[in-house]
Amino acid sequence: MNDKKSQLMSPARRKVLKATGAAIISAPYISRSWASVTEINMLAWYGHGEPDVVAEYEAANNVKFKPKYYAGGDNMLALIAQSPPGTYDLILSDAEFVQQLNAAGYIEEMNAADYPFDDMLHEDFTKFPGHWKDDKLFSMMLRGGHLGVSYNTTAVTAEEASSYQCFWKPELKGKVGHFDWHLPNLGMMSLYDGNGASLWDLDDDKWKKLQETTTSLRPQVGGFFDYGGTFNSLKNGEMLAMCGIGDWITGVLEKDGAPVASVIPKEGGIQFTESYSIGKGSEKADEVKKFIQYMMSPEGQVKSAQMAAYPGFCVTKAGRAKLQEVDKQEAMRSHQIEGMANDPIALINEGRIHYRDIPQQQTLEDWNDYWSEYKNA
Amino acid sequence: MARTNFSGFATTWRMPIIVWQVLFFLGPLLFMIAMSFFLVKNYRMVEAFELKNWEKMLTRGYFWDSYILTFWLASLTTAVTSLLAFPASFALAFKVSPSVRRWALFFLIIPFFTSYLVRIFSWYVILAESGVVNALLAHIGLGPYTMLNTKFGTLVGYMTLTLPLVVVLQTFALANIDRNLVQAAHNLGCSPARAIYAVIVPLAKTGLIVAALFCFILSFGDFVSPYYLGGSKPPTLPILIIDTTKSGQQWPRAAVVAVVMMLTLISIAFAALALAYRKRASR
Repeated sequence: MNDKKSQLMSPARRKVLKATGAAIISAPYISRSWASVTEINMLAWYGHGEPDVVAEYEAANNVKFKPKYYAGGDNMLALIAQSPPGTYDLILSDAEFVQQLNAAGYIEEMNAADYPFDDMLHEDFTKFPGHWKDDKLFSMMLRGGHLGVSYNTTAVTAEEASSYQCFWKPELKGKVGHFDWHLPNLGMMSLYDGNGASLWDLDDDKWKKLQETTTSLRPQVGGFFDYGGTFNSLKNGEMLAMCGIGDWITGVLEKDGAPVASVIPKEGGIQFTESYSIGKGSEKADEVKKFIQYMMSPEGQVKSAQMAAYPGFCVTKAGRAKLQEVDKQEAMRSHQIEGMANDPIALINEGRIHYRDIPQQQTLEDWNDYWSEYKNA
Repeated sequence: MARTNFSGFATTWRMPIIVWQVLFFLGPLLFMIAMSFFLVKNYRMVEAFELKNWEKMLTRGYFWDSYILTFWLASLTTAVTSLLAFPASFALAFKVSPSVRRWALFFLIIPFFTSYLVRIFSWYVILAESGVVNALLAHIGLGPYTMLNTKFGTLVGYMTLTLPLVVVLQTFALANIDRNLVQAAHNLGCSPARAIYAVIVPLAKTGLIVAALFCFILSFGDFVSPYYLGGSKPPTLPILIIDTTKSGQQWPRAAVVAVVMMLTLISIAFAALALAYRKRASR
């Protein structure tokens, strides 16, 4: 019996020994192949380092992204400030913070000739505010998105949503949500006050009026939410209108079949702009440059537009054309087709879009202080 | 005269917890206190000894609004949870077999196996206007009621966190009571209600107060429930900490809020423990 057992066992044992031997012999090659993968430390909003965006590039170029995600420009600046130089190779930043990144010496100069500036969809994108200093390029615009009135289409009509006034609609009492960040919310209220292009540049009177306008909205407000909360409350119908967001959230829900939409009201909308910079002291600047070039290529622009975490529009002509070719549905949903109503580029041309900025005459702290008071009101 | 003997063996075994507490509680606590006097320049903390952060936070109306709200909600949760938990704990301690008690305690611990955040998000499905509770109420012609993004929602979240723990702690406290004393009360003519009030509660006082204290501490410091079920409307102190750090990276100001919270909790804890271990005045 024992003999039989040992006979039955021995082939398996031999196999195990063979496999182990093979593994030991090939181990140096495996480790060598692992070692050749270049790791790129990325600092970005959530989603930019996820497989749906970078996996294809990683496989083709033998690199591996190690993303560190942040929420908000302040958070990003703090993370860089608290890390040794060279920690982050690639930095994705909101455009309004590029200037501060540059002023603090956190990013490398880039060579404009490496990027498709002659193919940008709008002239503004070629010399985007803060991205250049003394005619030197420090950041490359990757994508954008527009913020306006986001609403549940079963509770608010498209006509009502064409003005921020709809947030005060009596039927929406307790059903208006805020994305919990003062900048886009107060920016929108500033537009509603009629400040137009000078929405961030408010003197004392205008700042006071903005606070009064915003405070008058407080009885309508059902809650203050982060990304997850905003997403859920719109999805389950707890909130029927949302201030401070745009297609970057409703787009994801819309694709999922939820009855929500975002429009740019007549008072105007705000554009968030995301740009790539090369971290100061990065030893992988060439690899990073190659990746940014990929993201600016038609294929990369499509990846960015389709990003699962939150959509954004293409900023190059070739990227837009490619999106229309490979994903017509998304191009139509996000109005990225010439001649469509609410085409993001047409909206900019019509002067209805204002680039997100930081307060000019007050500090961010002033705005945040008021925001805390508002939440407690 | 009693002589205290130094035991190297005992001290060696006590050292890890002492070192742990010094490294990961006392050290960070002292650093947090120091940090509340630091300044922030260009998103970077600069070592300083300035009272600006304290002055800034303590003179803001919204800080005190948040403080009162947080204290009130934590107190309400403690009262409601303790009252709701007591009948269940009483039954587990006195009315069921040891085997049933063991199973019940096991089931009370099970919720802690899953993430608190996941449990809180699951309440969305139950409390939403199109959720389970409103669907059931609709059958009897009631509702829909708004429960999410309200103080009620926050309370539900706090109780999700604390109720199982309070039941467990109360059960242990009640189960350790000498049954002979309860029996003696009955034999001497005590009604069941009086026996609970005059005998059982005083005997389990320490455990009951400790359970309530845990409930208060956990609720007072919880960020998840007031944010996700209360809609941050209005914000509690933990939310205020997050808000403060988000804008301008004002960690020193957030430290002021945190230190005030710690002082409050330490005061409450000392008061509760003093009450728990206070001996009855002899008559």
